[in-house]
Amino acid sequence: MSSINQLLLEAKSVTKYFGTITALENVNLKIHAGECLGVVGDNGAGKSTLMKVLSGLYKPSAGSLFFDGKEKILESPKDSQNLGLEMVYQDLALAGNLPIGENIFLGREPTKNLGLLKFLDYKKIKELTDAHLGKLKINVKSADQKVEELSGGQRQAVAIARSTAFNAKVVIMDEPTAALAIKEVGKVLDLINSLKQTGVGVIVISHRMDDIFAVCDRVMALFQGTNFAESELSKTSRDEVIGWIMGKK
Amino acid sequence: MENKDQEKISLYLKIMPYLEKYGILLLLVIMIVVMHFLQPDVFLSWRNVTNVFKQISWQSMLALGVFMVIVTAGIDLSVGSIMMLSLMILAIVAKAGAPWYIVVITPLIAGFLCGLFNGLGITLLRMPHPFIMTLGTLYIFRGTGNLISGGTPISGFTDEVRYLGHGRIDLTWLGLEKSQYLPVSLVLIAIVYIIFWIFMNKTRTGKWIYAIGGNPNAARASGINVNKILVIVYSLCGFLSGIGALILAGRTDSGYPNAGLQSELDAIAACIIGGASFFGGRGTVLGVFAGVMIMGILRNGLNLMDVSSFWQQVLIGSIIVLAVYIDVLRRDLGTRK
Repeated sequence: MSSINQLLLEAKSVTKYFGTITALENVNLKIHAGECLGVVGDNGAGKSTLMKVLSGLYKPSAGSLFFDGKEKILESPKDSQNLGLEMVYQDLALAGNLPIGENIFLGREPTKNLGLLKFLDYKKIKELTDAHLGKLKINVKSADQKVEELSGGQRQAVAIARSTAFNAKVVIMDEPTAALAIKEVGKVLDLINSLKQTGVGVIVISHRMDDIFAVCDRVMALFQGTNFAESELSKTSRDEVIGWIMGKK
Repeated sequence: MENKDQEKISLYLKIMPYLEKYGILLLLVIMIVVMHFLQPDVFLSWRNVTNVFKQISWQSMLALGVFMVIVTAGIDLSVGSIMMLSLMILAIVAKAGAPWYIVVITPLIAGFLCGLFNGLGITLLRMPHPFIMTLGTLYIFRGTGNLISGGTPISGFTDEVRYLGHGRIDLTWLGLEKSQYLPVSLVLIAIVYIIFWIFMNKTRTGKWIYAIGGNPNAARASGINVNKILVIVYSLCGFLSGIGALILAGRTDSGYPNAGLQSELDAIAACIIGGASFFGGRGTVLGVFAGVMIMGILRNGLNLMDVSSFWQQVLIGSIIVLAVYIDVLRRDLGTRK
């Protein structure tokens, strides 16, 4: 796709202390447009902390973040959202009692205002939902279906659709296939591929080598809070990456 | 064979959403028909029907408030006490000789402030559950009501103050008889329920109330200020209890210490019968109305048939359990694929 080289987000020597514990030390990360970066590492390697720094939930103790080449200081996840960074949470963060469309636009609903009162614009929600689901080739019976009636894979698809509904440039996915039935994993991976084609940069945190090797272009390993290894996917192997996770080169 | 089963299932799936939405109304209609056959001369008479609406008038306000709270997966045990305190304040202000328009507004403001107190307590004091905060205020508000009134009834309000609870809309211009009037409280119920139906279904805040009940973490992650919405919900619940106090003032022409005693439980019961889920996120304004009506009609019908009020308690309790059990069965069927 176009401009695969455009650098969307860069973290430079990010360090994060929690009291006396060093969770991250001089960690670097880059993500380009249309690229998928796999982040691997054992439990406690610092993957989640790094993602929380990127999304503005944690403030780094040292180091800096660059969005589109400009240094930014994030005060809250709202700031990173405004800069085009979205998280897809592991627990999906969807309200099961609401329909698909209302979940996708939850918190950012299009409204028709009547003085102080904000009325939901249901028609617009439906139009935008249909268009967006169509763009990502997500098949559901109807956008009015409640999320609790969907399968795990469909829910994950809705969560991903939600994250990309507002022109996200970078999407971070935390274990996107962990809770899914095997036959649904493929659909979610397809969705990640179609996201890449729209020029979004995707960061996937996963333990599953199958996922990493199906969608990622590059893989980086964290070990005890530091950059341990990084490689183009084509220049490495499963066994090597598994070795990195365990701290062996 | 399999095709037939498939057809059955797809037909079932088509009917389900309607049953889920309007099943409770069906139950209401069945009750009305049964009562009509049991008491053909009296039950559907103008006098009795308006009576039912007058009887449920203030309960319907409490139930609506509690319903919104239950949608957020919360609970408000203090609505009966809020109503009593608002009523007592109204009575004192009225006795002090304030003009009627001041008297009419005081219970609404008092109720709103009580609800605000609940909401701020739950969010700012980070109470582990709204049950605890509102159990506390159940005692606090009623105690305060007794303190300011000395625990004695205060009676005698002007007609303007009594209008919402006691007023009649004359319908003789439609060619009806003088006895066939429309109670003002019935019109008030209709207006308030329509407003809150619009609020819950059409506005963004209403949608967020459902979202908080469905998954508070999702709501938070979506940038919704959950605490602010909760404060709004509890304040509105208090405000509706204040309207209830105003209606009750009109009906009884008196502020009395036992007003609304245990009515919080009636309000919760009406919500549950009407299909609201204690786990939050589920229930409709129409359902609550049906729940209030079912309880009102049951009481009225049993009174007409001279059944002791002890039996009424047993029956209402049984209906709560039965209504929830039907809901459980329906969900079981609905999720089977």
